[in-house]
Amino acid sequence: MTDAAHVVEDKSHFQGVWVFLEQRKGSLRDVSVQLIGEGRRIADKRRTTLTGVLQGHHVEAIARGAMGYGLDRVIIVDNPVLEIYRSRPYTNVMAHLIRKHKPEIVLFGASKNGRDLGGRLHAVLETGLAADCVKFDLDNEANLDMIRPSFGGKSLAHILCKRHRPQMASARRNVFLPPPHDATRTGEIVHETVELSAKDVDVELLEFTEFVREGGLRPEEAEIVVSGGYGLADAKNFVMLQELADLLRAAVTASRKAVDSGWMPKEFQVGQTGMTVRPKAYFAIGISGAVQHLAGMQESEKIIAINMDPKAAIFEIADYGIVGDLFKVVPELIRQLRERKEMKPQAAAVPAVAPS
Amino acid sequence: MPSGTLRIIVCIKQVPKAQELQVDPKTQTLKRVGVPSEINPPDANALELALQIKDRQPAEIVVVSMGPTSFDESLERAVAMGADRAFLLTDRILGGSDTVPTAYALSETIRKIGGYDLILCGEETTDASTGHVGPGIAGHLDFPQITYISEIKIVDGKVRARRTAEDGTEWWETAMPCLLTVNFGCTKPRDPTLLGKIRVKRGGVIVHWSCADVGIDPNKVGLKNSPTIVAKVDTVHLPARARKVFQGEPREAVAQLLDALIEDGVVAL
Repeated sequence: MTDAAHVVEDKSHFQGVWVFLEQRKGSLRDVSVQLIGEGRRIADKRRTTLTGVLQGHHVEAIARGAMGYGLDRVIIVDNPVLEIYRSRPYTNVMAHLIRKHKPEIVLFGASKNGRDLGGRLHAVLETGLAADCVKFDLDNEANLDMIRPSFGGKSLAHILCKRHRPQMASARRNVFLPPPHDATRTGEIVHETVELSAKDVDVELLEFTEFVREGGLRPEEAEIVVSGGYGLADAKNFVMLQELADLLRAAVTASRKAVDSGWMPKEFQVGQTGMTVRPKAYFAIGISGAVQHLAGMQESEKIIAINMDPKAAIFEIADYGIVGDLFKVVPELIRQLRERKEMKPQAAAVPAVAPS
Repeated sequence: MPSGTLRIIVCIKQVPKAQELQVDPKTQTLKRVGVPSEINPPDANALELALQIKDRQPAEIVVVSMGPTSFDESLERAVAMGADRAFLLTDRILGGSDTVPTAYALSETIRKIGGYDLILCGEETTDASTGHVGPGIAGHLDFPQITYISEIKIVDGKVRARRTAEDGTEWWETAMPCLLTVNFGCTKPRDPTLLGKIRVKRGGVIVHWSCADVGIDPNKVGLKNSPTIVAKVDTVHLPARARKVFQGEPREAVAQLLDALIEDGVVAL
C-alpha cells in the first residue's frame, strides 16, 4: 500500500497549492472557506495556482460556489461512494490525485474528518504533515513554514518539510478570516475519475444524531462565552451558568476537569483537546487556568475570571477578576444584570415621549 | 488463541504529566526535567475501553508502545490495570522519529504480534497533539479506521463505534480487524489492581523489541528519515492584560465589573 520514501530529488516537478474542500450535507465547511483565503495568499506569494479538491456526489454547485472565494480550479471527483466522508475511499482518491498532479502544497482543515484523512494519507504517501497550524509562511528556500502552537499555546513551533513533497498541513478552524465571495469569479472545473469499488466502503454509517442545543448558542459563534470549571462542584450548578449566559446572550462551555467529572458533555469542552474560542468576552468561572485550558481561550478579547483562589493562574491572563466564592458572585451578577436590564426600558421611554 | 477471544491491541505513549508542565519564567521554555510521567490520557481512555470489552467477553489485551525503556513505567501500569501483555519497541535509531516513521514502526510491531482483531489508540497525545499516528497505522496496515470514538459494541462479529463529529454523533459499523481512535475523557481509567501489580512483579509480562527483532527498515525511521523537522520554536508573547481585580463584597465587586464591561462595549443591556 505504501510507496517508497517520497524523498524528492527535483522538487520543481511539484507545483501548485491545493486545498481539500470538505463538504457536508450539500455545503462547504467553514474551515474550507477560511483555508481558500489562506491558500490564495500562499499561492500568490509562491506565484502559482490554487486548486480545490472536492469529493462527493452531485457536488458541482458546491464547486462553483467555492470558486468565488478565490480558487483558480476545482478538481471534482464525483462518485456515490464519496457521498459521505469515509477514510479509505477519500484517502485513495487524494493519493491518486496527488501522485498524478504532484502539487507542492496540500492544505486540510483540522476538522475531525480533515485530521482523519490527513493522518492516513501522509502515512500512505510517506510525506510530512503538520497538524493544527495557525500561520503559514515561506522560508528563504521557498519551503512552506508551517506554524503550530505547542505546549498548550505557550510557544509556536515552525515545522518544515524540506525533502519530501507535497508539503501537507492541517489548519485550525476560525484562525484565518473567510475571504470575500466574488460570484463573478470564474475558474476551471475538472472532473476526474478514480476507480472505487464496494470494497472501498469498509465502514457503514448506521445512525446520525445531530447535537441539539436547546436555545443555546454554538460556542464558536457566540460573542460571549461563559465557561465553568471544577469550582462549579456539581452538574446542577451549570443551570446557574446557563441563566447568566441567557442574560448575556452567551454560550456555555466547560473546562476539561468539569467535562471529566461528567458535568458537561465533551463537545462543550474548551482547551487543547476541546474547542478553541475567541469571543469578545470569556467568563472563566471556577476555572484555575491550566495551560491546556488557556490554549483554547487565550485569544479572547476580554477575559473575566471569577475564582476563590487569588493565586489561580487564570488571573494572570484576565482583564477583569473577582476573587471570591462563585456561588455568591455569580448569583449577584445575575441579579444585577437583571436589575439593569429592567431599568433600561424606563430610560429609553424618555425620548419616546419627547416629541408629543 | 481460543476462538471467540478478541485480541485487542492498545497503543500507548508515555508523556509528561500535563498539569505539572510549567514554563520557566526566566528562559520562557518548558520545564521538562523532573516532571513526572503518565500514560497519555487519551491512551488511558482507550485502554479502559478495551478493559471494559474484556469485562463483557473473552478478550486478550496487548499493549504496544515505542520509546525509551523509561516507558516501562507506563507499560507496567497498563498491565497492573488489567492488560495481559505489553511490548515496547525500543531502539536508539528510532530517536527523533516524526509521525511518518512512528506510524510505520508501530504498524510493523503490530504485524509482528499478529492475530489482532481490534487496534485502539488515543485520539492524540497531550505532548505533540497531532492525532496522525492512529490513522497512519491504519493506512500502513490497510485497515478500516474510525476516529474520535467513545463507545464500542461488538455485534455479530462486527464492531460498532460511536463517533463524535462536530455537529452530532455517528454510529459506524465495520468488520475486524480495524483501528479506532478514542476520545479524550470518554472513560474513567481504572486503578491498578493488587492482582495486576503482582503479575508485574513476577516479571515477564513486558517484552522489549529492537527494530531488528521486528524487521523494521532502519532507513525508514529516526530523525533523518522523518519528513518534518521543527526548525525553531518561538515563545508566544500574549498581549498584556489589565489584570484588574475588583475588590470588596460581591455586590460592590460585581457592580464595578459590570460598569467596566458596559463601558468597554462588551456587555450590552
